[in-house]
Amino acid sequence: MSETAAAARIERPAIFEERRDQIRRIGEGDFSMACNRDSLAGAVSQRACVFCGSRVVLYPIADALHLVHGPIGCAAYTWDIRGSLSSGPELHRLSFSTDLQELDVVFGGEKKLAKALDELIARHHPKAAFVYSTCIVGIIGDDLEAVCKAAGERNGIPVIPVQSEGFKGNKREGYLAACKAMRRLVGTGDVSDVSPLSVNIMGDFNLAGETWIIRRYMERMGVQVVAGITGDGRVDDIRRAHGAGLNLVQCSGSTQDLARMLRDDFGTPFIRVSWIGIEDVAESLYAIAEHFEARHPKLAAGMVERTAKLVREELAALMPQLAAIRRDLTGKRAAVYVGGSFKAFSLVKAFRHLGMEVAVVGSQTGTEEDYKELAAICSPGTIVVDDANPLELSAFIREKDVDVFVGGVKERPIAFKLGVGFCDHNHERKIALEGFEGMLNFAKEIHASVMSPVWRFVPRREAGLNRKDAEV
Amino acid sequence: MLLRHTPKEVMDRHAVTINPAKTCQPIGAMYAALGIHGCLPHSHGSQGCCAYHRSALTRHYKEPVSASTSSFTEGASVFGGQSNLLQAIENIFTIYDPEVIAVHTTCLSETIGDDIKQIRDKASKQGLIPEGKHVIYCSTPSYVGSHVTGFSNMCKGMTELSESTGRKNGKVNVLPGWVEPSDMEEIKRLAGLMNVPITLFPDTSGILNGPLTGEYHMFPEGGVTVRELIGAGDAIGTLALGEWCSADAARHLDTKCKVPCKVLDIPFGLAATDRFIDTLRTVAGTSVPDDINRERGQLVDMMSDTAQYYYHKKVALCGDPDQLISMVEFLVSIDMWPVHIVTGTPGKKFEKRIKELTAGIPCEVNVRAAGDMFLLHQWIKNEPVDLLISNTYGKYIARDEDIPFLRFGFPILDRVGHQYFPNVGYKGGLRLLERILGLLLDRKDRDDPETTFELTL
Ligand code: SF4
Ligand code: SF4
Repeated sequence: MSETAAAARIERPAIFEERRDQIRRIGEGDFSMACNRDSLAGAVSQRACVFCGSRVVLYPIADALHLVHGPIGCAAYTWDIRGSLSSGPELHRLSFSTDLQELDVVFGGEKKLAKALDELIARHHPKAAFVYSTCIVGIIGDDLEAVCKAAGERNGIPVIPVQSEGFKGNKREGYLAACKAMRRLVGTGDVSDVSPLSVNIMGDFNLAGETWIIRRYMERMGVQVVAGITGDGRVDDIRRAHGAGLNLVQCSGSTQDLARMLRDDFGTPFIRVSWIGIEDVAESLYAIAEHFEARHPKLAAGMVERTAKLVREELAALMPQLAAIRRDLTGKRAAVYVGGSFKAFSLVKAFRHLGMEVAVVGSQTGTEEDYKELAAICSPGTIVVDDANPLELSAFIREKDVDVFVGGVKERPIAFKLGVGFCDHNHERKIALEGFEGMLNFAKEIHASVMSPVWRFVPRREAGLNRKDAEV
Repeated sequence: MLLRHTPKEVMDRHAVTINPAKTCQPIGAMYAALGIHGCLPHSHGSQGCCAYHRSALTRHYKEPVSASTSSFTEGASVFGGQSNLLQAIENIFTIYDPEVIAVHTTCLSETIGDDIKQIRDKASKQGLIPEGKHVIYCSTPSYVGSHVTGFSNMCKGMTELSESTGRKNGKVNVLPGWVEPSDMEEIKRLAGLMNVPITLFPDTSGILNGPLTGEYHMFPEGGVTVRELIGAGDAIGTLALGEWCSADAARHLDTKCKVPCKVLDIPFGLAATDRFIDTLRTVAGTSVPDDINRERGQLVDMMSDTAQYYYHKKVALCGDPDQLISMVEFLVSIDMWPVHIVTGTPGKKFEKRIKELTAGIPCEVNVRAAGDMFLLHQWIKNEPVDLLISNTYGKYIARDEDIPFLRFGFPILDRVGHQYFPNVGYKGGLRLLERILGLLLDRKDRDDPETTFELTL
């Protein structure tokens, strides 16, 4: 395709007039973004709902019962669709639904819900039950709070309503609803054996074993982990979460609200961390060590040093392997479209270690501030986008001629249709992508996808190769 | 074991569904709508449903799936979704420029009582639907029926486009039911061999099994065209494959345009394919060509070559009514014993039909409509089987109980091939046999002691 033809084709990358200020090119005028807006009616949005947000946050709590109160779909689509590995119980991997029928919609679903809870708790003996409300429950007006309270008293476990009616917003509101639900558990467990040098790992979901990697780092530094919130999560751990000396919050949205609640209610400080990339992981570990050394100079003595040693050892193992991969990837371009913008930051930096540039970056739920920060670390010309549709994404991928796309399930086939590589940095990842070993896994995955011989058979590359042959 | 949470005793359950064997109506409507050329499915509700449906279809087909949403927020849920839908229609035609928008409802818009027909008419009056473009719709409340019902409802919605000019066009309508794009392609090939011009709808071949072109098209080539759907009213007859998926639409077309219809089973296996070919032949007034007879002969040949391996093997199945009915008939015809059969879709008719098909089996047959996979697992614990046939979610049971497992139905999330290799027709029968045989013999090879470990069939 000639350059002008290419330019003509991308001239009008199907953008709603109303969406102009949700898309920016760095270096072109003032940088301000409109975001966290509702998707337009009629948009082919990649966004999800409140319920989805709550479900992904609470789902990894493996010894809880997760009952979806609503018609069958909402439960069916969230049945074990992501990793969230558990080292023990796996009750979370079953799908429980009240499967509301027409009569329930007319007469209300409260009785059915109560019955379902009694039956399930008696059979499966969960440590707690989460009851998710879906859109329809919000409309028919079931009193979830009352049904849950009564069921909890009858059965002797916490039965917690999650107010996650889908239409009440997007995933962010779902995160908040999940945090509110967990907050009810925190503070009810015994913390007498919790060390001051202790943390909760928040905002990692152990999709492919990441929580275990972070736990190992904490162990080497001499830090006790009280609760994974919610990676490899357990109800009893969360009940004790207020005992931790520090909360480590990853991911801009998902568990930040809970961290704030714990700070306000129990005085637990929190820091924002990222377990993706190299600098971000190292900085996070140092921040933890420095925090504890400053607060508990005696108790934590030597922690910074231990951390430095850990980082040194890990980097010594990692860097030579990265160097080999970097040789192949230098100069290649990536597009990043992820759920939360925190991940976008870390990925931009991680790609630099691979010699790659991020040419398109976006998220479903970033805030204006997020995007400003993002713009600050990207090069001029980079496209920044909030809540993109498939036509926009594909137009940007072509315009920037990227080699790999990092996204989620709906983006994968689009990338493949365009003949570019893909990496799932979302629910469907199969290998751990966090920590130093996660960086290596990430590099390998990008390498595998970008360097795959299959792209030689993509028509436009085949044409390119032929042209080169002809020139020779 | 992942499913250690499943106890053996079966108890009555009325309040809770565990590990569903169905999903909700809109996804069926969305899948059907994708089988129209240039169609953008539209989900009238909040954005979550639409995102889930698209993701689920994408996981099954490994293809981009576009659909738009009315993006309900709190306001819409109080005041109704009319303004959302009007705005959506306008936006969609302006930006994405499809030929057709196929609107389906969700639990939310159904419960608040939006009247889609009235809104569509309003959009039409306000000039929001450009000349020559169309908005079709159906109602898909998920608290009724299942994804199969939604599929059927959208098929019926398509027939709203059909018109009768009073002059027959010599074509036969075929409603394939909820089958894979590969199956739809195979049905077209068979009709082509018989020289019968057909209108197949929906037709997702080319749309959900497209080639890599290096380009992304929101509306790929393929699908039944609007013009063909309009012409369906002038067809000489309709073959509706599958009572649950296709019959409503076919009957509606009969009432509306006087196109006589025959409801058949989906042509999986020998007998159902025979009936399909024979009916097509009769309706179109042609004869069956040698090519098709040869394919039939090949299937019978493979059945005879391998018959001993199927003999009285017990099978558990989970899936959708139409698919299970033909599949059970096929299994019985090769001397296998389907003993546990579950569908999540309600309908006592299903239980009756399965009972009839399995009447000759000398052991107890468990069958349940509106059941779930938890129940199926419990049945299997009580009466073990040699083969499990279900969608991907059966893999938990297969692993726990160590049973050979044939992936069949929707969704298949963890394998490929269903997009490309058909199960319908005689060729499809060959493929089913090959896969079943492979599973049984792999198991035999795995379990045989070294002394009797065999080289040859
Ligand atoms: S709300 Fe209804 S339509 Fe939406 S996913 Fe749930 S069951 Fe399906
Ligand atoms: S938007 Fe509502 S109905 Fe749809 S998936 Fe979310 S909670 Fe369920």
